Amino acid sequence: MSPVTPSAMAPAMSPPVSLLAAVRCIFVRDLRLALRRQADTLAAMVFFVMVVSLFPLGIGPESALLRTMAPGVVWVAALLSSMLSLTRLFADDHQDGTLEQLLLSAHPLAFLALGKIAAHWMGSGLLLALVAPLLALQFDLTPAACGVLVLSLLLGTPVLSLLGAIGAALTVGLRGGSVLLSLLVLPLAVPVLVFGAGAVEAYNAGLGISAHLSLLGALLVLALAAAPVVVAAALRIALE
Amino acid sequence: MRPAVNNWFHFAAASRFYPLAGRLIPWFYGAAALLGALGLYLGLWLAPTDAQQGEAYRIIFVHVPAAWMSMVVYLAMAAWAGVGLVFNSRLSSMMACALAPTGASMTFLALWTGALWGKPTWGAWWVWDARLTSELLLLFLYIGFMSLHASIDDVRRADRAAGLLALVGVVNVPIIYFSVKWWNTLHQGASVSFTKAPSIATPMLMGMLVMALAFWAYCIAVALVRVRALMLEREQHTAWARETARSA
Repeated sequence: MSPVTPSAMAPAMSPPVSLLAAVRCIFVRDLRLALRRQADTLAAMVFFVMVVSLFPLGIGPESALLRTMAPGVVWVAALLSSMLSLTRLFADDHQDGTLEQLLLSAHPLAFLALGKIAAHWMGSGLLLALVAPLLALQFDLTPAACGVLVLSLLLGTPVLSLLGAIGAALTVGLRGGSVLLSLLVLPLAVPVLVFGAGAVEAYNAGLGISAHLSLLGALLVLALAAAPVVVAAALRIALE
Repeated sequence: MRPAVNNWFHFAAASRFYPLAGRLIPWFYGAAALLGALGLYLGLWLAPTDAQQGEAYRIIFVHVPAAWMSMVVYLAMAAWAGVGLVFNSRLSSMMACALAPTGASMTFLALWTGALWGKPTWGAWWVWDARLTSELLLLFLYIGFMSLHASIDDVRRADRAAGLLALVGVVNVPIIYFSVKWWNTLHQGASVSFTKAPSIATPMLMGMLVMALAFWAYCIAVALVRVRALMLEREQHTAWARETARSA
């Protein structure tokens, strides 16, 4: 008697929800959760503002120095506050079992992860980019330079979220927490920092910004293509 | 009839690789010592004084091999981690874990000898140019690999997670290698490349290549010693490991 294969027993069924609908569902859910837990979202932003404010206090208020320092300081603070908020990305879902359900879903985990990362970016990186002009005022940046800063942050913070999601997926549920995540992700995020801050510095020096912004865009495209797959692989490793 | 696939995976068993590694280690240590002695003789005695840098350039015979090994060991570590992820083999991941501290110390050595060389020649212990920065990032990647592995209690999950991290970080190695071509850096460009004749004097080149082989043999020997220790530690529940530990 030939063995009965599962495909002979039941007709093939397509999942009841399309891929796009599933990703949109996860995206909207995570956004809604972030809006309900405003304290977590705002805490990262307040951290960003505080770190940026600490630098002039430590280095001195001389305005020429501050104007030179501003892009780097804002970018480093954006990096650090992104790292802080990334531990939230998978931690809550891991604790209540939602993450395992996502792994069991019929849809590719990479797309579902991309939905979560997109929602996380809107609650962290996007807010940082919107708050940055206020901080640029503290450092006496010209409005045009401030615009370049915001543009570089809008291009760069999604890359930080994507790279950080790899670290968050690798470290989900571990003791090390956000320090370990920062240790893993910050070396990978250095090119984003270099080109992001470099764009504003190039503008201030009168050089063109197109090279820096193009490279940031290239990093974004590369991260969008590669990071979700790596995040999915890391989640499967973490949740075996 | 023995299936052909056994030949490829014959030494994937720790019980078979352990004695093989034990037999190989003295040869690699011996090769490292001989090649090192020859290379130092070529470099410190035979190679002429440099026209611009005088005798200070002779640290090249440690700096360049260490830097080359830092990149090669990372590629080897990432390759073994990849093999471990694909074939789900324990020994490949153990090899990756064994290579990590060696690679980190090579990177540290390259950075320090570079600083010692930079002070008399460039006037600065450190500059933030592309090659130095990317080599420093390589050190952070090694440290990240080791700390991720250490912070996960389940050793197989640790192997897989750290292996994935190593594969993600491998993109840094071409950046280090090509950094002197892509950016205006203070660091010297490539004198030795695959595509054109070397622009460095032959005795210096010979000394550098012999020292590079010596460092390579040394790194292999040290990694084999470390992987033998890892094998005994991780497989301590098996009969062969207990037998080996008892007879040692």
